[in-house]
Amino acid sequence: MILIWPILVPLLTAAACLVLWRRLRLQRAVSTAGSAVLLAASVRIFLEVEASEIVALQVGDWPAPYGITLVADLFSAIMLVLGALIGVATVVYALATIDPGREAGGFHPVLHFLLMGVSGAFVTGDIFNLFVWFEVMLTASFVLLALGGERGQMEGAVKYVTLNLMSSGFFLTGIGALYGMTGTLNMADLAVRTAAADSPATTVVAMLFLVAFGIKAAVFPLFFWLPASYHTPPFAVSALFAGLLTKVGVYAMIRTFTLIFVTDIEHTHGTILVIAGATMLVGVLGAVAANEFRRILSFHIVSQIGFMVMGLGLYTPLALAGSIFYLIHHIVVKANLFLISGITYRIHGTGDLKAMGGISRSHPALALLFLIPAMSLAGLPPLSGFFGKLTLAAAGLEAGRYSIVAISLAAGLLTLVSMTKIWAEAFWKESPAPPSAERTPRLMLWPVAALAACTLVIGLLAEPLVAISLRAADGLMDPRRYIEAVLGGER
Amino acid sequence: MQIVLTVVIGVLYGAGFYMMLRRNLVKLIVGIVLLSNGANLLIFTVGGRLRRGDPPIVPVGNGMAADMANPLPQALVLTAIVIGFGVLAFALVLFHRVYRVVGAEDLDAMSGSER
Repeated sequence: MILIWPILVPLLTAAACLVLWRRLRLQRAVSTAGSAVLLAASVRIFLEVEASEIVALQVGDWPAPYGITLVADLFSAIMLVLGALIGVATVVYALATIDPGREAGGFHPVLHFLLMGVSGAFVTGDIFNLFVWFEVMLTASFVLLALGGERGQMEGAVKYVTLNLMSSGFFLTGIGALYGMTGTLNMADLAVRTAAADSPATTVVAMLFLVAFGIKAAVFPLFFWLPASYHTPPFAVSALFAGLLTKVGVYAMIRTFTLIFVTDIEHTHGTILVIAGATMLVGVLGAVAANEFRRILSFHIVSQIGFMVMGLGLYTPLALAGSIFYLIHHIVVKANLFLISGITYRIHGTGDLKAMGGISRSHPALALLFLIPAMSLAGLPPLSGFFGKLTLAAAGLEAGRYSIVAISLAAGLLTLVSMTKIWAEAFWKESPAPPSAERTPRLMLWPVAALAACTLVIGLLAEPLVAISLRAADGLMDPRRYIEAVLGGER
Repeated sequence: MQIVLTVVIGVLYGAGFYMMLRRNLVKLIVGIVLLSNGANLLIFTVGGRLRRGDPPIVPVGNGMAADMANPLPQALVLTAIVIGFGVLAFALVLFHRVYRVVGAEDLDAMSGSER
């Protein structure tokens, strides 16, 4: 029963916020409490899954594969915890930063609907249900992106909405074709039947899913909506999107391409590997060329997605563990960098690097807080990004794929270049204009400090975390236990 | 029936993508509608046996009768239609708002935030 909580808690929170529509102070309290409960529930699921393997729930007691199954293996549980963590951080940050207009326009309920969609996507074991959660998440993200109605937001929203709807079209087409071929929608059952059929048509369907999830995950050459939209909404929303949304696409890709589409690995995973290399390189080159704080960070997301997908493309236990570890590291770091960009925006009133400067002298503590995630993103030891890149590179060398390793290392170097650009421009050089004398609200700093602490902990506890990632990766590589938990178990 | 629907689906996808590639916001919406309808029809066509008169529900004990219609694709399509409708309604309102804010319906006029 515990698996229903990550869906139920955000739903109830959002409903309560809707009831309290005009009472903003109560909404804030409910919203904060709701996100904290979601985190607690997610951690509880993680502990249970970590201790005793896979947890499955047949909703309405309809036996699989006829009913809808909720299932959490170690990978799902890790993602749940991360999603809830970013949820808490952005809700707290939003308390200090979201303007009253947006708050009165339903910011809190929509945010929790988004969290519900994300959690639902992580725990569902049914491919059509996954589509539904994607739509819940997307619709909520459309509203969050457009809420406020500034011109930049509107321009970003058009591209974001169109490309994501197109991706949903591909997803639905893929589901239709898959259902036509196998006659089932349960992912575990699908895994059994595609393996039994071993038909070349599976690869065709796999490519449809690759396009659908590729748009959502923003891989090359389908990423253009991301740097066009992520820098336009309020900072809390940006951080939430940056931390979670593309990663749900990566999650879905890893899930389907380890469970269902493994009949022609040479072709499908080879394609993924090529995409991974191009994504890393193109993304980071965009970051080197950009000059706006959040746009640089947006291009970095694209580049980093390449690293996560690289692990999937290599398709060895170590490589997948690298991907999972990279996801853990990236979600925390990326959301944090977007939150920090909000603080620097407050100090200088702009996100343009040319017009910023001197923050390391006017706000030394903030500069330190920036350096932790920034250097971690670039992959400097002993921070978390280093271990992610190390694991992936080791897996690549082990698999004998030297070119992708070389590309990933070059992309890492270029990431460092663009990060030092932000450091040199915004933090180091003389300030062209005096910084704002206003104190930064505590509520903005707490989430940043907490996430930076998480980054340090991930870096220092890399050993046990890589071990957990390896266990999760083993579960993905050998899906028999997953299938057994869904189809065989009674609960 | 199958052949007719197959052709219709192909036309819907083709027209949908063509409309989405144009620069006008309204045509973009039309493209999205066509695409989602094409996907719905596709599920309907490949998922179920397209015959009339077969019962979708059989009594207990009859097992899986050979002349049974599959009701699941209809349920899927219904869900997809509802979701598509909701999303479409939102997209319409959003694009109208975009038109009001930007003052143009040409997508090329909407790149100001990317410079």
